[in-house]
Amino acid sequence: MSDFTNGFWNWYIALVTLLSVAGCAILLWSQSTHKARIGADGQPETTTGHVWDEDLTELNTPMPRWWMVLFYLTIVFAVAYLVLYPGLGSYAGKLGWQSGRQYKAELKQADADYGPLFARYAGQSIEAVAADPQARAIGERMFMNYCAQCHGSDARGNKGFPNLTDGDWLHGGEPATIKATIMAGRVGRMPPMGAVLGSDKDIESVAHYVMNLSGAPADPIRVVFGKPKFAACAACHGAEGKGNPLLGAPNLSDKVWLYGGSAETVMETIRKGRVNTMPAFGEFLGEPKVHVLAAYVWSLSHPAQDRAVAAK
Amino acid sequence: MSAPQEAVIKMYAAREEIYPRETAGRYASLRWACVCLTQLLFYGLPWISYNGRQAVLFDLGARKFHLFGLVLWPQDFIYLAGLLIVCAYALFLVTTVAGRVWCGFACPQTVYTELFLWIERRIEGPRSARIRLDRQPWTLDKVGRKSAKHAAWLALALWTGFTFVGYFTPVESLMAGVRHLDLGPWETFWVLFYGLATYGNAGWLREQVCKYMCPYARFQSAMFDRDTLIVTYDRARGEPRRPLGRAAAPAGDPAAGDCIDCSLCVQVCPTGIDIRRGLQYECIGCAACVDGCNGVMEKIGKPAGLIRYATENALAGGWDAATVRRRLLRARVLGYAAVLALMSGAMAVSLALRVPLKVDVIRDRGSMGREVEGGRIENVYRLQLMNTSEEARLLRIAVSGLPGASIADAEVVEIGGAASRAMPVRVRADAGNAPGARRIAFTVSALDDPSVSVREEAAFIVPH
Repeated sequence: MSDFTNGFWNWYIALVTLLSVAGCAILLWSQSTHKARIGADGQPETTTGHVWDEDLTELNTPMPRWWMVLFYLTIVFAVAYLVLYPGLGSYAGKLGWQSGRQYKAELKQADADYGPLFARYAGQSIEAVAADPQARAIGERMFMNYCAQCHGSDARGNKGFPNLTDGDWLHGGEPATIKATIMAGRVGRMPPMGAVLGSDKDIESVAHYVMNLSGAPADPIRVVFGKPKFAACAACHGAEGKGNPLLGAPNLSDKVWLYGGSAETVMETIRKGRVNTMPAFGEFLGEPKVHVLAAYVWSLSHPAQDRAVAAK
Repeated sequence: MSAPQEAVIKMYAAREEIYPRETAGRYASLRWACVCLTQLLFYGLPWISYNGRQAVLFDLGARKFHLFGLVLWPQDFIYLAGLLIVCAYALFLVTTVAGRVWCGFACPQTVYTELFLWIERRIEGPRSARIRLDRQPWTLDKVGRKSAKHAAWLALALWTGFTFVGYFTPVESLMAGVRHLDLGPWETFWVLFYGLATYGNAGWLREQVCKYMCPYARFQSAMFDRDTLIVTYDRARGEPRRPLGRAAAPAGDPAAGDCIDCSLCVQVCPTGIDIRRGLQYECIGCAACVDGCNGVMEKIGKPAGLIRYATENALAGGWDAATVRRRLLRARVLGYAAVLALMSGAMAVSLALRVPLKVDVIRDRGSMGREVEGGRIENVYRLQLMNTSEEARLLRIAVSGLPGASIADAEVVEIGGAASRAMPVRVRADAGNAPGARRIAFTVSALDDPSVSVREEAAFIVPH
């Protein structure tokens, strides 16, 4: 693997590096002795002859030898480093060290450290895991890391991102279903119905009919006109608008709205349709972690006493 | 043929061993007092407990610094900066007034060198005996004395390293770890590292640290002026030197000075200089030469103080002590003192008024604002609550700044002593607020103590 587009740069970098190290060695060697003028007393002069600010003279006082040795040690270090680690052009170094490999090794170490903990939970039912305070704390931290960006820190969702605490589920709220949702992700698809339903008036009528299903204030005349048109929606949402978890079609007769329940928003949804994606986390997190995460998500809509009963 | 005009000289030289002679006197006693005081503090502090735990413990793992009743968190890092500023100005002030007294009396390098020298003198004997020992060939006696010295040095050094680590790991468990030989890898590393650094610095490098490593030694001249007290040789009184017993200069010769060239001032010097050559950067202001010379002056019946603490001005003008003291009130000293007082005061006041509660408000970035029952708008925040006192507390969370702003969750939460807690909090505001980002403020206050209250601002987003 090389980052260079041309073999020349490889050699250029290596040469500059080696010349710099050799240059340091030559500089140290050449500066370790000094030709001093012989003074009037027959002894070499102890000053360089430079004088500043009237009386500040620069002395020739020798450096301590250990200090010079430290400089030479830096050269030894540089050579050893260049032999062992990648530093000379595209030469990989004797140790074969790579940041990517180090990262993978650290991941492996972390899996080895925490694996047994997750393996213990993986052997229990999701309900039992949800009743374990430590597992819920782990799940909460994972939720904050991976889920809160869309579903919110309080898991109550946002426009387009479902509320996970209200007991209402698009694809089903059984523990195993929640786990499947996190593992494989979901795609929610509502086709645009504008062309199917006809004019804007027809769309408005269907919207008022849908709002009436959940008891929201609606124009009674529009509701009457909208009812027969709703047949086009019943294929997925059911004749009574109760939805179908197998298709991810929401229940329209409750007060939960993923995109908003005002007349304009419902009309927009009908006219243009909606496409929504929940990404799959199975490959990224691995099944044991998703198991704990699913337990936490399930626990959000199940109060403590329910969890205790379910665990038994 | 004339003699060669140039000679090749080496620009590095092996260190020449210095054998400082032991001194007794006012300044030696003062230094030993400083050694005892600082080391009693250093070695003793980790063993004191307070409120059922180690009084001084810098718990890096839990990110909490315990100083008796005070618990400092990473958020209090500013106090470390303040402490460093106070230390720096104290050093500037002291140096301007009295030169390098820190170096000579309290610096760890001086203190540990003093302790190591004491051990060396007990095992190898006084200066002359040590010089003789180093020159003689290896005998059983020499091997014995040298190994005993290094063993004693290492023991002291390792105890120092152990004590140092004891400030970061509870010292009792560290002691148990040492006894059962199962210290953790990092504890072992730091005990050895700090211990061997002490051994190397105080046993081998000594004055080399002051001369070649310490930056303070090099920038001290910026703080010196002609009214700074320094260790000086009174040239006018001492010269010309009159070696005792020299026939050419019989006692009582009026032209002769007080210096008898006994070279004691050179023999006692820990950095190996001759103070009679004037102020040199190697001088650490330890005043060992003052003690040495005063002893000699007493013996030959002359007044003390041929080498003494004096200022350059005082020496040149022959000032008395009162005049020197009056020169203390000069602009440089007053300036340093003023800044020092200001910084110390600011530190003390801000520590005293510190509220033992910290609040961070982090708005959920993923969600803007959502509409809930009755068209009210809801925003979600994550509140990071940190109780920096030692007792558990009940905290009330309130929010203000928008019409109808209220907390949709529990308003009172409990938090343990010296603990932190992150919790999602939902804030609701009335419908009809103008869209956009609006300022709101959280107020978190302790139920039992109204003075413990923190206000944090945040943005509340009303969607279009």
